[in-house]
Amino acid sequence: MNHDPTATSQKRRVVLGVRDVGDMDAPELPSESIPLNMGPSHPAMHGTVRMVLDVEGEKISNVDIQIGYLHRCFEKEAEHATYTQIFPYTDRLNYISPMLNNVGYAMAVEKLLGIDKKIPERAQYIRVIVGEMARISDHMTCLGAGAMELGAFTAFLYMLKAREWIWELLEEVSGARLTHSYMRIGGVSADLTEGFMPRLRDILTKSRVVLADVDKLLTRNRIFRDRMDGIGIFNKEDCAAWGVTGPVGRSAGLAYDVRKDHPYLVYDRLDFDVPIGSVGDNFDRYAVRVEEMNQSMRILEQAMDQIADGPVLVNDPRIVLPAKSETYNSIEAMIAHFKIIMDGIRVPAGEVYSFTEGGNGELGFYIVADGTGRPWKCRVRPPCVPAVALLEKILPGLFIADVVPTFGMINMIGGECDR
Amino acid sequence: MDAQAVFDLVAARFGDAVSAFSAGAPKDATFVIAPDRLVDVMTYLRDDPALRFDFLQNVTAVDWPKEQRLQSVYHLFSYTHRHEIGVKVNLPRAQPRVASLASLWKSANWLEREQYDLLGIVYEGHPDLRRLMMPDDWLGHPMRKDYKEATEYRGMPTTRPSPMNLILAYDKAHPTAAKKDGPA
Repeated sequence: MNHDPTATSQKRRVVLGVRDVGDMDAPELPSESIPLNMGPSHPAMHGTVRMVLDVEGEKISNVDIQIGYLHRCFEKEAEHATYTQIFPYTDRLNYISPMLNNVGYAMAVEKLLGIDKKIPERAQYIRVIVGEMARISDHMTCLGAGAMELGAFTAFLYMLKAREWIWELLEEVSGARLTHSYMRIGGVSADLTEGFMPRLRDILTKSRVVLADVDKLLTRNRIFRDRMDGIGIFNKEDCAAWGVTGPVGRSAGLAYDVRKDHPYLVYDRLDFDVPIGSVGDNFDRYAVRVEEMNQSMRILEQAMDQIADGPVLVNDPRIVLPAKSETYNSIEAMIAHFKIIMDGIRVPAGEVYSFTEGGNGELGFYIVADGTGRPWKCRVRPPCVPAVALLEKILPGLFIADVVPTFGMINMIGGECDR
Repeated sequence: MDAQAVFDLVAARFGDAVSAFSAGAPKDATFVIAPDRLVDVMTYLRDDPALRFDFLQNVTAVDWPKEQRLQSVYHLFSYTHRHEIGVKVNLPRAQPRVASLASLWKSANWLEREQYDLLGIVYEGHPDLRRLMMPDDWLGHPMRKDYKEATEYRGMPTTRPSPMNLILAYDKAHPTAAKKDGPA
């Protein structure tokens, strides 16, 4: 027996980055498709979602995605709550950026009430500011967690550090770190705190440093790029047909951003760009989110310059709760407070579909009012459901290991997807 | 194009099949389509170059038990022209069946599955009509207004006794505890 180990190893050498396992000189082995469960509880599954993969070797041939494990009956609960009481439920839809859900819901009810043009300008600017802060924190979480799942733990910690600065400031404004319930129908619950602007400017400066650090860690990192480039390609036509919007749609070239194409609040007075990807792979989704954070920071700086003093709530006692000092000291204000909370704001009968740009795309609220204090129907159009649905077409043909970065860059949020 | 113009175009072509236009401003404009013409009208809305509603934003359904009907609601947006419209179909509550739009917009697939799951509307011709949110063996359609939850699911009770009753039961079992300061 003349065994020469070097000969075999040379023959078997696979060039790093080449994904074709055909280079191996192993004979074609017979393989049959076996089912493989990923989830419902899996470390790389954001929230709980179950994927039933049919795999042939490492290759996925078919996939069935099952959502609903985090279904908490948002729509049913909303039918039993008054309009004011629904705000805490909306916090728990996309729990990474609750402010954006708050804004979307408040705007839908305001449209039903016919007061959407009467919201004080300062309140609109505040909504833009806290909304864009939430968007930055949403993207930071997505990119940080996505990098961590590929082994880049440092980037994750950096991103979470920066996210915590934002959440601390939002906590200062709203009183809660995560479930803000800061919006009110007709404005926002309280004005910005003293010293908010300088602190936000400081956070933006520090966050830019963090983003630059993460950029150095990830953007030209060979391991990261190998798992992101050319994996999970979405094309524009599919995104349009499946209704995929937001960063995922834009990375595939679908230039649709509700803030630009259907402007609301004061977005038409702010100058910002909408980044568009060219390939639609995982790396484009990463790059689009990074650029969106930069644009959100631009928006924040302009909004901080433009915001003027003024009231933060409409002046209408039928809609707005009386001031706390009044509520605790006069019987009339106490009764008004009780009526608005327990009986609800009387919203005239009608229906409205109002959509805003959430962290993951178009966040729509369809509300049917029947003239009482509770909605007859309150439907949420979740932005990440279409993207998860499209995965059923994208995943076949990829490897099992590709599921993790692809799913991470979709940024499915269980609370929002399952409601 | 504003909603009135959209409706005029559709009405000119389909006549009686579309009705009940509500401009609704500042709310959203909607109109109603007869169930048997849904696919025809929707195909026209999607393909006509002046309308080109290429984005099905949302599918939902509303239960109206008093009128004995279920309403399937669709919201459309046009990437090309940046206009929008809401479309409704009225279905009998006892037999809610309507054609699926999954062949026109892929997004209808999961959105219709959810409405089938929660409200029990059967979308005929749907490629994969399974429950989306609830488990496959769930009974009933929870978003119906008259839905009553079963008392148990796979042997797991869906309700729990009031904690107050537990305290009272405890007091009964330990009569000395109740004598002190009220219950427990």
